[in-house]
Amino acid sequence: MTHNTEWEAVIGLEVHCQLRTNTKIFSGASTTYGAAPNTQADAVTLGLPGVLPVLNGTALQMAIKFGLSVDAEVAERCVFARKHYFYPDLPKGYQISQYELPIVGNGHLDIELGDGSVKRIGITRAHMEEDAGKSMHEGFVGTSGIDLNRAGTPLIEIVSEPDIRTAAEAVAYLKKLHQLVVYLGICDGNMQEGSFRCDANVSVRRRGTEKFGTRTETKNVNSFRYVEKAIEYEIERQIEVIEAGGTIVQETRLFDPGTGETRSMRTKEDANDYRYFPDPDLLPVVVTQDDIARVRATMPELPEAKRNRFMEQFGLPKYDATVLTGEQALADYYEVVVKASGADPKTCSNWVTTDLLGALNKLGKDIESSPVSAEQLAGLIARIVDSTISGKIAKDVFEAMLAGEGDADAIIQAKGLVQITDESAIVKVIDEVMAANPKQLADYRGGKDKLFGFFVGQVMRVSGGKANPDAVNRLLKDKLAG
Amino acid sequence: MHTLSIKQLSEGLRAKKFSSRELTQHYLGRIESLDPALNSFITVTTDVALAQADAADARLAAGNAGVLTGIPLAQKDIFCTEGVRTSCASKMLDSFVAPYNATIVDKLHAPDGAGMVMLGKCNMDEFAMGSSNETSWYGPVKNPWDLERVPGGSSGGSVAAVAAGLAPAATATDTGGSIRQPAALTNLTGIKPTYGRVSRFGMIAFASSLDQAGVVARTAEDAAYVLQAMSGFDTKDSTSIERPVDDLVSGLGQSIKGLRIGLPKEYFAEGLADGVRERVMAAVEQFKALGAVVSEVSLPNSPLSVPTYYVVAPAEASSNLSRYDGVRFGHRADGVKTLEQLYKRSRGEGFGAEVQRRIMIGTYVLSHGYYDAYYLQAQKVRKLIYEDFRRAYASVDVILGPTATDIAFKLGSKTDDPVSMYLNDIYTIAANLAGIPAMSLSCGFVDGLPVGLQLMGNFFDEARLLNAAHQYQQATDWHTQRPHGYA
Repeated sequence: MTHNTEWEAVIGLEVHCQLRTNTKIFSGASTTYGAAPNTQADAVTLGLPGVLPVLNGTALQMAIKFGLSVDAEVAERCVFARKHYFYPDLPKGYQISQYELPIVGNGHLDIELGDGSVKRIGITRAHMEEDAGKSMHEGFVGTSGIDLNRAGTPLIEIVSEPDIRTAAEAVAYLKKLHQLVVYLGICDGNMQEGSFRCDANVSVRRRGTEKFGTRTETKNVNSFRYVEKAIEYEIERQIEVIEAGGTIVQETRLFDPGTGETRSMRTKEDANDYRYFPDPDLLPVVVTQDDIARVRATMPELPEAKRNRFMEQFGLPKYDATVLTGEQALADYYEVVVKASGADPKTCSNWVTTDLLGALNKLGKDIESSPVSAEQLAGLIARIVDSTISGKIAKDVFEAMLAGEGDADAIIQAKGLVQITDESAIVKVIDEVMAANPKQLADYRGGKDKLFGFFVGQVMRVSGGKANPDAVNRLLKDKLAG
Repeated sequence: MHTLSIKQLSEGLRAKKFSSRELTQHYLGRIESLDPALNSFITVTTDVALAQADAADARLAAGNAGVLTGIPLAQKDIFCTEGVRTSCASKMLDSFVAPYNATIVDKLHAPDGAGMVMLGKCNMDEFAMGSSNETSWYGPVKNPWDLERVPGGSSGGSVAAVAAGLAPAATATDTGGSIRQPAALTNLTGIKPTYGRVSRFGMIAFASSLDQAGVVARTAEDAAYVLQAMSGFDTKDSTSIERPVDDLVSGLGQSIKGLRIGLPKEYFAEGLADGVRERVMAAVEQFKALGAVVSEVSLPNSPLSVPTYYVVAPAEASSNLSRYDGVRFGHRADGVKTLEQLYKRSRGEGFGAEVQRRIMIGTYVLSHGYYDAYYLQAQKVRKLIYEDFRRAYASVDVILGPTATDIAFKLGSKTDDPVSMYLNDIYTIAANLAGIPAMSLSCGFVDGLPVGLQLMGNFFDEARLLNAAHQYQQATDWHTQRPHGYA
């Protein structure tokens, strides 16, 4: 990696983000993923003769929402254009996209780097377009299958400025963008299903020079890890080519997750002339200030604002606040726990970030499918706060809740886990323990202070863990002293 | 029965002088005996027609019939009809059956719509590209006034059928004159309404920003009845306009005293046949006699309309016709080995020469490095042409001129000379580029062949145009003339 001191990469990302509408961008066909092939291809999707596109208003609102979330200019007038190329999964022979006048103009997204510093990545534009279908080559002999269910699904293509310099920055940007669109509720963010896809434009130049090198575009890298690998590979490859006296060819490349390498797909010479022109079937879209205000009114609190509020309102450390606001659903969950339990926010945070997330991780579930609801977890924490059970017993109760044994109160009741706070009962146990361990008692009284812990442990054991730890500590100290 | 007006047919049905089934059978019989010589229908929908006629008779008996219920109509084969082939006169769509109706087909034929009876699907130029109906995959249509001559195009089948009395009226479409020029060449009245007045949903696209559906009939009154039923906003067409439809039929009785008519000097310049000029000027005198005030106007950019059109229309056509790739529907070549072969051979075999020519022109004008010089420039000129009209309508209500440069020409006489063929539309194209309504009506004969007069109106002025035409037809009898052998 000696290269890195001498060379600098210039990276721009194009992200295709499927909008979470019920129906397609220009027709009433369903967008649900995973249906049998071509069952969601209506006449408009098929591009049958005579049919016409009608814009889905929800898709437009979602695009505006995105624009507002990255402080971008939302165009007062945007125009759909036709992008022409022939491919079997593109029914009309053109894709309806936006070209000269996209819905979203200049904006930006701030990312945090490893050293804690913040870097601003410019967003050039985001435009609306329709997705293509899928060509299927596996399972067919001498022919290919076409599934047009995906064709016509609304997308926004988000184009970044070439402000990114490393693979790590690219991943940070993508994760931030991913979090944002999921937060906004405009994308389900499912990368395996292709709801959020990335193409990476990469070039290298000698550090200190202004001029961009020739770039390559690596297509459809569909996980954060692959994006990192593909960009790293591409940077190394380009440096090697140039250092060996070669030149970089402007081309489109494909990432192979199997080998971790990229390979050439087509060069600029075979590139299509897309013959863009404004789609005469769709009038220019006019967005008024009122339209924008209406969308603005539906904007959720965004991740950064939420994190700052969590730090301020709940006095949480940055780490906790960041974890809790990573997902909207998790943040909502946490706020319910705090409110319903009446417990210290940090205690709640510990339960959510450590116990709950740990358990969910083990179960392979996400917050939406958590077997313990926020209200249930709050019910458990409330029993610690009111000293019904100890924190230690609470962990056992939580395990039982995860196993579906019911609410905290029911489990505490059924298992007889109510904490012993009756001091005479605790003293009785202490007496028992002291009587059973005369040698340790003598040693303690002879100056072996360390044995205090031994006695605590014995008392807790005999009481079945139910003795109130504070009372045990206090009473034991008195009794042991004689 | 085939000489009756739509109004008379409607009254006859109500008075039970004849049933819709009898009327329909009469027209089907004429089609069977007379159309082999004309070739005006691609598909005759006998079964559909009789079923619709019976349904109409039931409505008439039940007393819930509309004014057009039970009256036969021919559809241009560019409008999608559920369950009936829609070919667009192309080999490409020879086997295409749409699973939906065009909006106007529903409006005109649905049991809860006007309830008209569809006799069949009319021949036309392939994908509406042509001015003579000679580019059809199903062969040319003959002009009933002279079987050696063309009926005009692209709605050649629609006009031939109506002129020959095979249908009382027919739908048609007009991208650069395809309603008006054939109406002129066959002694009919044809109207292309304002762009956006009639839904384009289910009408197979040629050039989306210019295409507009309309009607051809024997009189302005007949045309008004059918256009009324076709018009209106449609949520399925983003370019259709949400605006109430004027009452076209009851607007026909108005005097045109004081109507300001403008004669564009550019439309009477070189290139216009003398006989046509004389007939049109005689009509101007007739309008004056009816009280119209005539003045000269100028549409200075009109000489640019043909070149502008032949950039815009092919550009849009090349894009619209990309969907015919042999993959999902339409013609697919046999024995292809690669995807590229599938495209090249399916399209090469499925499209005729004129369609291919326009796809090539359109692809060229949209290609990288030429877009600005052609397409963008054409759009700018288009705006100038629109401005010409806007200025003219500040001082006149209606613009009057010839529809075509000459009477119908001989079959085959222009097929080898596309530019001369394109110049046929020199007077009609501007209305499409501007989006304004325009119509053609007969104003006499030269050498026994009909001459057409064009009226162009301001946006949404269909009622004014139809009334002016109707008043002229009340005072003249050119429109009552029938071609020999089809009386």
